[in-house]
Amino acid sequence: MLNLGFVVRRLLQIIPTFAFILVVTFVIVRLLPGDPLSAMAGDRVTDAQVLQAKAELGLDKPFIVQFIDFTERVATGDLGRSFVVQIPVVNLISQRLPPTLLLTGMATVLAILLAIPLAFISALRRDRAADMAIRGVFQVGLSMPVFYIGLLLLTVFSAQLQWFPVGGYGDNWGDRFYHLFLPALTLAMSLAAVLMRNLRSAIVDVLNAEYVDFARAKGLMPRIILGRHVLRNALISTVALLGPMVGTLLGGAVITESVFAIPGVGRLMIDSIYGRDYPVIQGLTMALAVVVSLIFLATDLLQAALDPRVAK
Amino acid sequence: MTAIDPITAMTPAPAKPVAAGRRRRFSSTFLAGAAILILSALLALFPQMFAPYNPTAFDYKAILKGPSLAHPFGSDNFGRDILSRTIWAYRIDLQIALFGTLFPVIFGTLVGAVVGYIGGWLEAVFGRIVDAIVTFPFLVLVIAIVAVLGPGLFNLYIAVSIVGWVFYAKLIVAEFKVQKRLDYAAAARVMGYSTGRIVLRHLLPNAMTGALVYWMTDMALCILLGSSLGYLGLGAQPPTAEWGVLIADGKNYMKTAWWISVFPGVAIVLTGLGFSLLGDGLADMMRAKQ
Repeated sequence: MLNLGFVVRRLLQIIPTFAFILVVTFVIVRLLPGDPLSAMAGDRVTDAQVLQAKAELGLDKPFIVQFIDFTERVATGDLGRSFVVQIPVVNLISQRLPPTLLLTGMATVLAILLAIPLAFISALRRDRAADMAIRGVFQVGLSMPVFYIGLLLLTVFSAQLQWFPVGGYGDNWGDRFYHLFLPALTLAMSLAAVLMRNLRSAIVDVLNAEYVDFARAKGLMPRIILGRHVLRNALISTVALLGPMVGTLLGGAVITESVFAIPGVGRLMIDSIYGRDYPVIQGLTMALAVVVSLIFLATDLLQAALDPRVAK
Repeated sequence: MTAIDPITAMTPAPAKPVAAGRRRRFSSTFLAGAAILILSALLALFPQMFAPYNPTAFDYKAILKGPSLAHPFGSDNFGRDILSRTIWAYRIDLQIALFGTLFPVIFGTLVGAVVGYIGGWLEAVFGRIVDAIVTFPFLVLVIAIVAVLGPGLFNLYIAVSIVGWVFYAKLIVAEFKVQKRLDYAAAARVMGYSTGRIVLRHLLPNAMTGALVYWMTDMALCILLGSSLGYLGLGAQPPTAEWGVLIADGKNYMKTAWWISVFPGVAIVLTGLGFSLLGDGLADMMRAKQ
């Protein structure tokens, strides 16, 4: 059962986090060298447009007033307008967010599906050949950059064997899963490696715990002991790891989307950087940070629900 | 708060205790990691002694040649020797590992020492700052900062430094809370030593071990990050030989000339393994000492 005090405290923690996200995304665009606006606009706009944009952004006002304006606009869902495609940043992001979320979700599921059975094999055959092999492969996987894994999978399974499309995003759900399978696998590798490592040592700990000895003494079947006692307890630490890893995963999604040409926010981010489209960069940074902190919150609450000791 | 220490996430379960008679000074993991990194450092310091060709010289007689005796790692679409380019890139990528983590290690350690020693309200404030920074997607923030400051290695260092120190500070704070309550710290206070001396000479050396182990992981992560940005065109700029840039150079030739991208990737993996093994070995040795 969830401890109400914990839930309220954890929900309140989101306030400083959001405040920090606001400050960072506000400051980031002001880090631009020189006059931010001319740097932002480049040579693509006229003087009149610069003045209009200046008034829109409130760059003629004091810093604090600018920040309050910025906060007010964000609160009403106004993240500005893209310099390049001239549509509101909010619309642009909401168009591009679903592929990224689907990709990240699929990667998380794949990582868990890979990590759990392999962690069990590894833990139950500790220090034997299977354990060594599994850990060795994951150690190498952990040292590989995401784009490299992606490039290798793309070459072998799409270009050579032609089992999967070389990129893009499907039109219907089935097609989407098919298009995103290799990218999700790419993204899942490092998460699976971290989860596997953690789950393996958690399983080893649980196997040595007294309640498992007791379950064994009661004569419970090994399968039931593993399922009911070992897996459930080992999963708690996995859920705890998932929250902090989601940020890394979304970052990895940015890179994966470039490798596989997926029209998500990651590609949008990179395209906006090349196009020096600062309102989009600012809006995206904020949107992704908010998504991550909400997932962080969700995993914290989930963990507290699974393990009452967390909420003390 | 349930944020996981990077250490807990990255380090494996403790190694089995070695029988007393067989206890060695250095674990084999540590030695393997050290060997890889010493070799890497030699390649980075003296690339001209190991690289058979000039890494940027075009050779139109050897375009897209596969691995051979003349070009062990093959050549690219300009006839540049991949082995030489991979070797020269050691210099850049190890520099990324070092410069990307140097400020975070030093600044994070100092902040951690001050916060951990004083504790109380300062620690509460610090905790909130850490929570906020940790929830920020690190790579997205780094990409955003590089996007605004402009591509290049120097801006990459600024971007990772702004965020990276937090992890070290967090580790040091946790360790300081334990260390400052131990007898030797009380003894140092009774001896009338100054706070600065107690913190720097007595507590810090004992509280550094976790942060040192994390430093190894962090350097490997920094190479992954630096090469990722290089691949995206936001890190080291061509024609600089950097592993991520080299892999990006070859990405359109993967089907016909896989060697352009594959070998620099192997160098990344090997270097990453070197840092992981060294870190794991270091962690095991610290545990054995305790």
